[in-house]
Amino acid sequence: MSLSQLSTKHLLGIKYITKEDIELIFKTATEFKDVINRPIKKVPSLRDVTVANVFFENSTRTRISFELAERRLSADVVNFAASSSSVSKGETLLDTVNNILAMKVDMVVMRHPAPGAHHFLSKHINASIINAGDGTHEHPTQALLDAYSIQEKLGDIEGKNVVIVGDILHSRVALSNIFCLKKLGANVKVCGPSTLIPRHVNSLGVEVEYDIKKALEWCDVANVLRIQLERQDIKYIPSLREYAIYYGINKPLLDSIQKDIVIMHPGPINRGVEITSDVADSKQSIILDQVENGVAIRMAVLYLLAGKRG
Amino acid sequence: MSPEMEQGKIIVSSDRFQLTLLRLCHQILEHHILPEELCIIGIQERGVFLAERIKTSLTQMLGAQSFYYGMLDITFYRDDFRRRDTPIKASSTHIDFLVENKNVILVDDVLYTGRTVHAAMAALQDFGRPKKIEMLCMVDRRFNRHFPIKADYFGIAVDAVDEAYVKVEWEQKDGEDKVLLFSGKND
Repeated sequence: MSLSQLSTKHLLGIKYITKEDIELIFKTATEFKDVINRPIKKVPSLRDVTVANVFFENSTRTRISFELAERRLSADVVNFAASSSSVSKGETLLDTVNNILAMKVDMVVMRHPAPGAHHFLSKHINASIINAGDGTHEHPTQALLDAYSIQEKLGDIEGKNVVIVGDILHSRVALSNIFCLKKLGANVKVCGPSTLIPRHVNSLGVEVEYDIKKALEWCDVANVLRIQLERQDIKYIPSLREYAIYYGINKPLLDSIQKDIVIMHPGPINRGVEITSDVADSKQSIILDQVENGVAIRMAVLYLLAGKRG
Repeated sequence: MSPEMEQGKIIVSSDRFQLTLLRLCHQILEHHILPEELCIIGIQERGVFLAERIKTSLTQMLGAQSFYYGMLDITFYRDDFRRRDTPIKASSTHIDFLVENKNVILVDDVLYTGRTVHAAMAALQDFGRPKKIEMLCMVDRRFNRHFPIKADYFGIAVDAVDEAYVKVEWEQKDGEDKVLLFSGKND
């Protein structure tokens, strides 16, 4: 039997883990994917572990995915949503989490609107923390499942061309994806209107392409992001209609390039804005594979972090 | 293994190893008149080497009659998870049939504390309710069993002290079939 463990006790972001960590998570996720496709989709590994899902921001897919992953590992699960909690009564983040931990919780899966909230917590509490999204900063499990889905589809990530299309400025998925894909040796470009591209994005080792057609011709994989209107306090684009005309991915556009590229989307999809229905539901799209892989990846992360002692 | 590590004593040589394998296969056939209900399941990682060899020999002996064959990884079922410093890396499980009402033989290289077999029996429940589970191993270390588990078929019984270490080497992996006994711990 071979031994292996992650270099970290928390998953705060892809920036803070190594390539070896990512490969170990992928290897473990493959075994969990096998488990969740069996008639009995459950293993007893985390039966003595309690996980708190603490969500200070709305989430459907990520929360359900984490909760399924936890239950399939036999962990005990408590859910906590900020809207129904004492946060609305003025309690601080640290107090809220400490109160949950006083009830003997071993791991915290947290989504928070403030970038760095998880770093702050990790310095003050003993439990393992998994970042399920911190504002516009990182969303590590999404990046892991995206990269895993690419690897599953194309066999390898190294040397592949991946373009991330859309609202790069407000997207934690984009930042985590860039870190993850670069660590695994992919070439990454970002594409979108100049107002939605961060100014110093080149410093992350990615190139900017403003022409969607050129970007699609260059890439093997296009990861299409949603325009996050809820995070935009000013107008970055004239209208969604105009965005759809210049950056929306539709069937005629895909047909006009010579190769079959892989289409991804982290969800939720705004059909008809960043992507049309015929593309989202086409054979080239691996959007539902991403969702399935999400559970396996989160099982792997929970399992590997729970296995770290001390 | 570090270079200064002691040379193990050979307790089963290559020639005898082959005879033992054949004997184990004959014993299986002696107890299982209907091979269509028989499942040979190797426990990852080293039990699979033995299971593969048993499969090859049984297939030759049975000719047209077939039996089920699978590999089981017990990593997620271990009872020492979070109790040891380093987690164990998972291997693959390949069981593409249900064990419901079948006669299962679990195969591992060495039976020692019985904890692996205990975890394997728990893991097997996720693939149905077998009629019967038996245990086959190359080496049965009869001392220091932690569970009431015994081998139904074994290659050789070794009554060594707890400090000793038994290693089974396989032609497929290590170049030659043999069983080695080391007097000190060897991880």
